[in-house]
Amino acid sequence: METLLYLMPIALLLGGLGLGAFVWALRSGQYEDMDGAAARVLVDD
Amino acid sequence: MTCCATSAGLAVDIESARTGGPSADEILFTAKTLGDGTYQTDLSIPSMHCAACMRSVENGLTALPSVTSARVNLSTKRVTVKWKGEEAPAFISHLDSMGYPAHLTDEFVFGKDKTLSELLLAVGISGFATGNIMLLSVSVWSGAEGATRDLFHWISALIAIPVIVFAGRIYFRSAWNALRHGRMNMDVPIAIGVSLAYSTSLYETITHGEHAYFDASVSLLFFLLIGRTLDHVMRDKARAAVSGLVRLSPRGAVRIGEDGSRDYIAIGEIKPGMELLISAGDRIPVNATVIDGVSELDCSLATGESATRHISPGADILAGTHNLSGPLVIRATAAAKDSFLAEMVGLMEAAEHGRGTYRRLADRASAMYSPVVHLTALATFIGWMVATGDWHHAITVATAVLIITCPCALGLAVPIVQVVAARRLFENGIMMKDGGALERLAEIDTVVFDKTGTLTTGSPILQSESTLDHTQMRIAVALARSSVHPFSRAIAKAHSHVPNTVCLEDVKEYPGLGVEGRAAGHAWRLGRASWAMEPFVPNRTTNGTVLSKDGEMLVSYDFLDVLRVDAVAATGALREAGVRLEILSGDRKSAVGQVAAMLSIPAFSAGVLPVDKVNRLNQLENSGARALMVGDGINDAPAMIAAHVSMAPASAADIGRSAADFIFLRDSLKAVPLSLKVARQAERLVKQNFALAIGYNLIAVPIAVMGQVTPLIAAIAMSGSSLLVIGNAMRLTAGEGWATRFASIRWRVRKVVDA
Repeated sequence: METLLYLMPIALLLGGLGLGAFVWALRSGQYEDMDGAAARVLVDD
Repeated sequence: MTCCATSAGLAVDIESARTGGPSADEILFTAKTLGDGTYQTDLSIPSMHCAACMRSVENGLTALPSVTSARVNLSTKRVTVKWKGEEAPAFISHLDSMGYPAHLTDEFVFGKDKTLSELLLAVGISGFATGNIMLLSVSVWSGAEGATRDLFHWISALIAIPVIVFAGRIYFRSAWNALRHGRMNMDVPIAIGVSLAYSTSLYETITHGEHAYFDASVSLLFFLLIGRTLDHVMRDKARAAVSGLVRLSPRGAVRIGEDGSRDYIAIGEIKPGMELLISAGDRIPVNATVIDGVSELDCSLATGESATRHISPGADILAGTHNLSGPLVIRATAAAKDSFLAEMVGLMEAAEHGRGTYRRLADRASAMYSPVVHLTALATFIGWMVATGDWHHAITVATAVLIITCPCALGLAVPIVQVVAARRLFENGIMMKDGGALERLAEIDTVVFDKTGTLTTGSPILQSESTLDHTQMRIAVALARSSVHPFSRAIAKAHSHVPNTVCLEDVKEYPGLGVEGRAAGHAWRLGRASWAMEPFVPNRTTNGTVLSKDGEMLVSYDFLDVLRVDAVAATGALREAGVRLEILSGDRKSAVGQVAAMLSIPAFSAGVLPVDKVNRLNQLENSGARALMVGDGINDAPAMIAAHVSMAPASAADIGRSAADFIFLRDSLKAVPLSLKVARQAERLVKQNFALAIGYNLIAVPIAVMGQVTPLIAAIAMSGSSLLVIGNAMRLTAGEGWATRFASIRWRVRKVVDA
């Protein structure tokens, strides 16, 4: 039972980190040009 | 070097000249000011396909002196250009010369699609919550008890709050809108189910109860949001690809002041009596009379006829037509709102009112489904109250009924099939405006075609010519390449393999007559027979288009209205599919009859006015037929609205494209039978999905009414039925098979490697 006290926050924190990363990616416009992003990998300047 | 840059490069000689493009004034007029002398212009470049295209466009644009940055968005096929200085850089002609015809876009992409961001955020949050709450629920199901169970329930309740707020509000808003207007949609039972499940679970948690449905309410939203987001992305993609091609009406025109001054004014400010300057390649902004200048007018979008009209001072011209060869000074006879284009828009609005209000399948289903579900839940509650008198238990069971019947599978049954169908159509170059169109397409029994631009390509091709020697041929082709007249383009296209080695001097285009050039000491003319042979044989009555050398006729050219690619195969396939075919055209009877005979379509009418097209379609509708209208011109647009469902090629007038439910981007007319096939398959799958969802309910509801549904059973049943429905929808893509798909991927990879 006591282990839950620190395991639960850790689990939620890790999940929250993932969600935070997703929201950040969304906010910074990384979902606006999916096709372009896929093609840009191949451009070497 | 590049995959599509090369093929686009071949076409550019002909195409770029034709589209003309907006003037520098128009670019400056539409540019967005960013401060400190920087402007932003958004261009739409439909021919960008791959990484190589993207690189050449970006590098090509930044190479221009005043351009500070250029960024391509490949999904929307647009490029955002930032530039400095007083005068707009010539990016359109520069892009044209690289093989990428570009157009000014209407609306600026201010960086973000608000709805998509909201949906993605909601999916992200509900996905996170679903995962975490499910983990907690699994431990509850595996036997967590007492304080541990309460703790898990409390944490679940906390995690679910942002989901209800962020993801739930999309459904609450839509359900509220529907209820306020006295309608019913799928979102009403979802909103009621989710909020009731959350509140009873919260009550359970507070009273240390055993069963909480946080996982059910959250995962329900998660599944439904995935469907909704896919649907949005699909429609958005279609919209972006359709908008921003050639615009029909310019944004303004150059006004010639009384003192001879010239300034660019917006189209709304043009008043009758103003004198305007229209350069070759521009579109006519308002109805007007020609004061000065001789030119040729492409009226195909307005009248549906492919032949150009020769105009001289005194001629009345319609807004939206295309000035081909010479500059004109015109006097406006009507303001933009009273011009031809505006009349057409009015006709379309009138037709829209006449169209029976079609109700989406899902909405019809939910109108029947919701009352049944809510009455069942109510009856369950009353039944348990009467039987046990325990209101807490009665409410718990009633909530379980609501959750188990919450139309998760039903909500996915229609959209998921439509998304898969849209994807399949998209891969074949067909854009679908919305899912309702697919349902309507499946119902049709008649297809009405326009002729010019739909069954035929709209641009003539060279039919025959007598033999020419090598030099003469090259001169003819060189002359043809220097002109934008449809006949010249047809000659240039027929001989696109002829190298450009002849050096012509003094090439001059005579509007309405032809082109003249000098080579090897002789005067060569390509054009109207009477003009080309003028100096020596002034009055000979040879018609048609000829090539002459110092006035002596060398060869005469014949042109033919050609059928669109696969027109015969497509009409054959439609006949096999059991639909009746009909042609409605504004063209001459002989021309229409010829095409009708080639396609063996007995029902055709020629010389039909736009209003008569609408009347004919209304007549069909009243006689119980469901018609698909396939057309492209402005003259078809009202009829397309009046039809049960409509389709247009990408080459259509933008007014026609916005009226159409489907737009096919490739040349082949096979898009029509293919869409019909996919629509009918989709309809069958939707019905199967409904049957699956109802079958699931028939089994699950009695269990729920008996009070035997635990949160574990609810979770399994809901996810199971959703997966079943999704899996069934995926069968729509099965037609392609893995082998072809693998081959296409390999081909794509090779393209990239080549680039």
